[in-house]
Amino acid sequence: MTNPNQKNAADASQTVSGHRGLSFEEAIIFEIDTPGSSAVDLPEPEHDRDRLGGLRRRGGVGLPGLSEPDVVRHYTRLSQKNYSIDSGFYPLGSCTMKHNPRLNEKMARLPGLADIHPFQPASTAQGAYRLMDTLAHWLKELTGLPAIALSPAAGAHGELCGLMCIRAALEASGGARSVVLVPESAHGTNPATAAICGYAVESIPGNGNGRVDLNALKERLGPDVAAVMITNPNTCGLFETEAKEIADAVHTAGAYFYMDGANFNAIVGRVTLAELGVDAMHINLHKTFSTPHGGGGPGAGPTVLSEALAAFAPVPFVVHGPRGLAMAEHAGQGEAQHSFGRMKGFQGQFGVFVRALAYMMSFGKDGLRQVSGDAVLNANYLRVRLSEELTASYDGICMHEALFDDRFLKDTGITTLDFAKAMIDEGFHPPTTYFPLVVHGALLMEPTETESKATLDQFCESVLALARKAKRGDAVDDFKNAPVLTPRRRLDETQAARKPVLRWKPMPMPQAAE
Amino acid sequence: MTNVRYTKDHEWISVDDDVATVGITDYAQSQLGDIVFVEVPEGGKSVSKGGEAAVVESVKAASEVYAPATGTVTEGNGALGDAPDTVNTDPAGEGWFFKMTLADAAELDGLMDQAAYDTYLKELDA
Amino acid sequence: MRYLPLTEADRGAMLSTIGVDSVDALFSELPTGDPSFDLPDHQGELEVERALTAFARENLSCADAPSFLGAGNYRHHTPASLDYLIQRGEFLTAYTPYQPEISQGTLQTIFEFQTQVALMTDMEVANASMYDGATGCAEAAAMACRVTKRNKILVSGGVHPHYRDVTQTQLKHIGLTIECLAPDPIGIEDLIGRIDDDLACVVVQNPGFFGHLVDLSPLAEECHSHGVLLVACVAEPVSLGLVTAPGTMGADIVVGEGQSLAGPSSFGGPGVGLFATREKFIRQMPGRLCGETTDEDGRRGFVLTLSTREQHIRREKATSNICTNSGLIALAFSIHMTLLGEEGFTKLAAINHANAVTLAERIGVLAGVKVVPQNFFNEFAVTLPKPAADVVDELAVKGILAGVPASRFYPQYEELSNVLLVAATEMTTEAYMDALAAGFKKVL
Repeated sequence: MTNPNQKNAADASQTVSGHRGLSFEEAIIFEIDTPGSSAVDLPEPEHDRDRLGGLRRRGGVGLPGLSEPDVVRHYTRLSQKNYSIDSGFYPLGSCTMKHNPRLNEKMARLPGLADIHPFQPASTAQGAYRLMDTLAHWLKELTGLPAIALSPAAGAHGELCGLMCIRAALEASGGARSVVLVPESAHGTNPATAAICGYAVESIPGNGNGRVDLNALKERLGPDVAAVMITNPNTCGLFETEAKEIADAVHTAGAYFYMDGANFNAIVGRVTLAELGVDAMHINLHKTFSTPHGGGGPGAGPTVLSEALAAFAPVPFVVHGPRGLAMAEHAGQGEAQHSFGRMKGFQGQFGVFVRALAYMMSFGKDGLRQVSGDAVLNANYLRVRLSEELTASYDGICMHEALFDDRFLKDTGITTLDFAKAMIDEGFHPPTTYFPLVVHGALLMEPTETESKATLDQFCESVLALARKAKRGDAVDDFKNAPVLTPRRRLDETQAARKPVLRWKPMPMPQAAE
Repeated sequence: MTNVRYTKDHEWISVDDDVATVGITDYAQSQLGDIVFVEVPEGGKSVSKGGEAAVVESVKAASEVYAPATGTVTEGNGALGDAPDTVNTDPAGEGWFFKMTLADAAELDGLMDQAAYDTYLKELDA
Repeated sequence: MRYLPLTEADRGAMLSTIGVDSVDALFSELPTGDPSFDLPDHQGELEVERALTAFARENLSCADAPSFLGAGNYRHHTPASLDYLIQRGEFLTAYTPYQPEISQGTLQTIFEFQTQVALMTDMEVANASMYDGATGCAEAAAMACRVTKRNKILVSGGVHPHYRDVTQTQLKHIGLTIECLAPDPIGIEDLIGRIDDDLACVVVQNPGFFGHLVDLSPLAEECHSHGVLLVACVAEPVSLGLVTAPGTMGADIVVGEGQSLAGPSSFGGPGVGLFATREKFIRQMPGRLCGETTDEDGRRGFVLTLSTREQHIRREKATSNICTNSGLIALAFSIHMTLLGEEGFTKLAAINHANAVTLAERIGVLAGVKVVPQNFFNEFAVTLPKPAADVVDELAVKGILAGVPASRFYPQYEELSNVLLVAATEMTTEAYMDALAAGFKKVL
């Protein structure tokens, strides 16, 4: 048991090495430099003739050298300080932390898919083009929209793609507009993206039921509104039941309906976007389609487009020609005549495409329907079980994520942050906290479909016990001090922001002796 | 003797002869948490009542500071560059953000005095 | 199905806890149309492998042919331990490190990556990565406008056309003027003469798209005397092991594509955008930043910091809309740089240059072939006596990937139709060079 009065957990068993059993203290590479060492054996260059024009680097780079055993040990130890999906339950709302299948990794490493160059002649890359075309087909089928831009590199990038298509379409029909409407519960990338697209951003309030206020929206729509960006299910985990009415109102006003597809995992295989009146939607392949999060990417945000927007899609995209498949690479030419431009270098996130397609083929249309089914089932199970002690923000069925707020912690002196840190000691990654901003002290939990009932039950038992402990009022310090069982305790983020230290610096050279 | 006035966005303004000093209140700094960075306007910049004049950042939030009145900035508090925490420790004194001349002193009449601001805070906490 | 742990018994028990009759009942708020999809049903691993292997077989892999392809994406060897380390589940399947107490692995590697990038570019600070070099270039230009409070950007004709195109596309709606100079295969454009007080930045690439290696110092000086920032792009970061770094030459922002040091070509993606700048500009930098701090026990640790620049806090006032970046590829880059170390990295760069020099000597003497740049690193433009695209297609039939024709990027420039970009790396053997020379002799 942790002793809340024991502030310095390291005191518990101080070792000479600083390691504690399987938990290792690991220096940064610059501190374990063995000058002259390398984990690579390279031959000497064949000759030393140069064509550098005198621009040879002087003074070296300053990189540390290590042998292979030390490098492997360094990164192995560091990896062991990380929580991951492979380690345990990771219910981060709107991130869709589902299992990352290893088949995807194996396929991405096939030499015929990994060791190919973006600019090799089309005749030597037909398989790559065909793979991209196949992925495009799957995504168009699953969403019911006729066109797609594969090149955005992440969700935020996909949002930009959608808005740029919309802007291009409006400008082409002579009616450039100036405002984008975004629900107050929207993810921060939505207004940030709208601003990059040159739009002013205005917020639409929610109704009391966690959804967009349709009347407020209708009142604000006008000839200056270019688009509305809606997430469905929304960031409260609720299906926007008036999505069709919203779409109709938006279209009547001559604007476009952009859907943020971050939560597609809730509805994949069960609804088409045409039914929801969507003009453009990005899909996060690293969420719904299982490509790994990798500690912060890479992702991919292919964006499906309606007929009205299709012509404006960015390059590059696959085209069917007389001699096989080819890539349209130049905006303003051929099939890319009206394209708004290029968003990404080379041919897009091909390695991510391979992984996503392997996943889609593994599940098929029947399996993907089960994915959304189990995802929503798991979230509702959490919602119902945890509501015994936690305060769900909205009544009724949720979609793939359940939203709670900090009313259950009222008068305990414990915040959502403290509660989340206590969950860490229980062996669970906390849910998303303090988002969406529309409730106080939000806890947004998305279990995904790849969790067993046993895991969910264990999670619920721990969280309910923590909630009861919080309400008892006699263990506030336990929460304030949490986590204590982790490689590091809470870190001083104020110091990090006030006096940023963003890199290691070499010691200044000592002055030469006289 | 300075007469301090307050805005609904928790800025304070106090006038001494021709120069007004602007900062944020103790309530504001406690809501923000540890202040990590402050961006103050430069001398010579024009500001209008309700317009953005400065930015204050904590670890998890960034907030605009609005000018309580129209006028011209005479100086920004450069000391906050190295010591942003002064805003936390002394928001009404050394934690001032900028000084300005006023275009129309009568604009201050519409702002809350100490009693009105205290009442306002009580209503917020309810 | 193999990725779905729930059994029918589980579902039944859970539905009863929730109080609904069926899973489908949970979707009663959705439109009632029951969509059908023209897609196959689920498959086992064996069938999926067959399908993807079929795609792979249709491609000519650079492992199976002499390859001289470059133009911003380069074929290098990576040590075996790299691929094992990045596949450790704790790296591969972790998320952005929002809970630092359980993410010190990712955070420390980001800190090490940021340091390595800063050292390699000889700049003061670097971020945790952008999507790629091209989007990084766009972000750098936008940042320069924020820093200088000016809105004009000048892009050299030596910058990779994708970097240029993405910059023009991404920045077209925010009131900036972007002037792009014509492609500059001979390396004669005069940038210094175009510097004035209206410019926010000049964007250059060194080594340039056509291979030219130049000293940026005079340009940097001229820029600084007018308050203009110099943005330098590095498409081949291996060059930083041998060539004077952009920071040393006076660049204010350095962006680059890290792919060549991070792993295979992968048909051009995912890559990793390198982004470095001066400390005084850090609050205007886009992207994630990892900083050093201490925990409650006084031990050193790492956290994401200066988050108020980013979209999740500043929303429409953010420095960028970037959220997910290229974490795992940045890790791969960093691990490779750690494996190489100072000795390995500088030697790798030397081998690359030596092989390119040999290649230039071998093909430069062929009739009709002229190596264009005087100075280069591991890639250079050559002019051929006939259209380069035709030569490339003819040699592809013979199983040789001879290089990238400039017309692939500049189809509208007649004067570039005979220009071919040719790259050599440590993987370019004598036998490959023989094959290319023989191939040229046959088809030219």
